Amino acid sequence: MADLSVNISGLTFKNPVTTASGTFGYGDEFTDFIDIGRLGGIFVKAVTGRNRDGNAYPRMAETASGMLNSVGLQNKGVDHFCREIYPKIKDFNTQVIVNVSGSTVEEYVEVAERINELENIPGIELNISCPNVKLGGMAFGTVPSMATEVTREVRNVYKKVLMVKLSPNVTSITDLAKAVVDGGADVVTLINTLLGMAIDVERRRPVLSTITGGLSGPAIKPVALRMVWQVHKAVNVPIIGLGGIMNATDAIEFLLAGASAIQVGTANFIDPQISVKIVDGIDAYLNKHKINKVTDLIGALRTE
Amino acid sequence: MQFNKQVQELKVTGYTRLNPRHFVLELLAPEKLPVILPGQFAQVLVEGSPSTFLRRPFSIHTVDYSRNTIRLLIQIKGEGTRHLARLKEGDSLNVMYPLGNSFSIPTTKEVLLVGGGCGVAPLLFLSQFLHQQQIRPSIVVGFRTREEVSEIEEYSRYGDVFVTTDDGTEGEKGLVVDHSIFQKERLPFAKIYCCGPDAMMKTVARLARMHRIDCEVSLENTMACGFGVCLCCITPTDKGNERVCVEGPVFNINRLKWQ
Ligand SMILES: Cc1cc2nc3c(=O)[nH]c(=O)nc-3n(C[C@H](O)[C@H](O)[C@H](O)COP(=O)(O)OP(=O)(O)OC[C@H]3O[C@@H](n4cnc5c(N)ncnc54)[C@H](O)[C@@H]3O)c2cc1C
Ligand SMILES: Cc1cc2nc3c(=O)[nH]c(=O)nc-3n(C[C@H](O)[C@H](O)[C@H](O)COP(=O)(O)O)c2cc1C
Ligand code: FES
Repeated sequence: MADLSVNISGLTFKNPVTTASGTFGYGDEFTDFIDIGRLGGIFVKAVTGRNRDGNAYPRMAETASGMLNSVGLQNKGVDHFCREIYPKIKDFNTQVIVNVSGSTVEEYVEVAERINELENIPGIELNISCPNVKLGGMAFGTVPSMATEVTREVRNVYKKVLMVKLSPNVTSITDLAKAVVDGGADVVTLINTLLGMAIDVERRRPVLSTITGGLSGPAIKPVALRMVWQVHKAVNVPIIGLGGIMNATDAIEFLLAGASAIQVGTANFIDPQISVKIVDGIDAYLNKHKINKVTDLIGALRTE
Repeated sequence: MQFNKQVQELKVTGYTRLNPRHFVLELLAPEKLPVILPGQFAQVLVEGSPSTFLRRPFSIHTVDYSRNTIRLLIQIKGEGTRHLARLKEGDSLNVMYPLGNSFSIPTTKEVLLVGGGCGVAPLLFLSQFLHQQQIRPSIVVGFRTREEVSEIEEYSRYGDVFVTTDDGTEGEKGLVVDHSIFQKERLPFAKIYCCGPDAMMKTVARLARMHRIDCEVSLENTMACGFGVCLCCITPTDKGNERVCVEGPVFNINRLKWQ
């Protein structure tokens, strides 16, 4: 039995397998299928300052080896999270990280301050792919100066582990990674969904109510892997990698490219037991290759 | 008996081609079937093509606890259902079930079931279930044409069946909602259960309101997960955006934001 534990900015994860925000609910829907305690951690669904109804139907379009979504951060707001959800998830035997979103810097700060008070939440993950309403809807995560600012403002109030999740919809992912590290991020997560669209030719209309939406699933894996590799070479903080991971082999690719942990997203929809199977698969790989600890795989890609 | 959702490899033990567009799969569970309620559905994995990446949802058509089998009634639409139509006895199929809520148990014996197209799928199971409650419903089912009229003997075991076809080749001509049963001044029903295309369900809902009859409909929606985590399948209700795969697929029309 190999040592699967990883240390991410002082937090111990019993293994590098976690679940991606927005694809795992608050965990409770998965208790029919798996023992959540077997996972390294879970990243729960985005929390915003106030209730959001999300976008209109249709919110989903299946595409080749992937799917587009335009859920639009539907959630009941941070008050509801602290009062109703937190008590139900605080004793999960795994690291529970909260994904924080907003449309203004103030909203991110407000949510982060509230989550900071929750004893059993050791970290937050800022979702900076959201549009900044004050700046004409341009996503925080696409302009380095805005990414630095929102990270810094949250850093000022948030005392635990601060992770920032990067959007891949940029020309230079390393510039964004450096920008959030400058702002005080302890960890970077990448990637969020890639902006895409689908068209129904019979009706000559977009499939999604929002016209464009976020692409996820195996279709985006090569892009995600490339970005993890580039960011691994560019910054000195731990990376949590994701994008299209469907099995243990995919997960190991991300570790080799430089991720200290991985998240399983869309794959949860198809096989709700996949995250635990990936833990077992990584263990089997380590045993087969006679590697004692999973940390030996991190960034171990041979390029010469 | 288990109440939990399962992901299992089911074995195809029966395949019936009803007509060129519809077929019924009988699937054998490897363990004792969980408790399944009428209106619940299954998410079926279609392997072997990048364009059938997500599972496909199908209503549970019938349940046989003594043989440990369920049946699905499937209409061929696209790549996924075409692939399922090629399955053979002995093949296995990865299925997540039972999902969603169910039709409520009626407090009256005056029950009407209305189904159109592949929307008839959950109604056979529902009529079996009502039969066990000593209720014999009236069942109006609509098909395109005579060739597609199927399983009438099965429905007739549990209820009084009325058929419509779009082209009038069998039963009354027209859509389900055009059937003479709906043209009466007073409809002799206290509960309607309905499943089919949206336009049809909306018409039935209007009729039900007009006649002050309690009515439940089973909605379809684009689903990614089918068990409540992705929030892709929402429908606006009196409680905000609710998930068709968890709070539904069955909704009382009073709760929906339908005009
Ligand atoms: C709760 C629920 C229960 C269902 N029960 C049954 C059933 O008992 N029998 C049956 O034959 N079908 C049922 N359906 C519809 C069935 O899921 C779709 O027809 C099927 O997924 C199409 O897959 P495909 O790969 O063949 O077609 P695709 O190539 O995916 O699609 C073909 C066409 O069908 C449309 N479509 C795809 N999925 C859906 C959907 N979920 N709802 C509406 N339109 C869709 C697409 O937009 C496209 O135009 C149900 C759907 C839901 C949500
Ligand atoms: C339905 C859906 C909802 C999502 N919601 C969120 C969210 O609330 N916050 C967030 O940071 N990312 C969200 N994501 C993005 C995922 O966490 C993940 O970054 C992305 O899907 C890529 O990984 P995957 O290919 O493994 O799914 C969502 C993705 C999907 C498919
Ligand atoms: S299909 Fe995912 S929540 Fe309903």
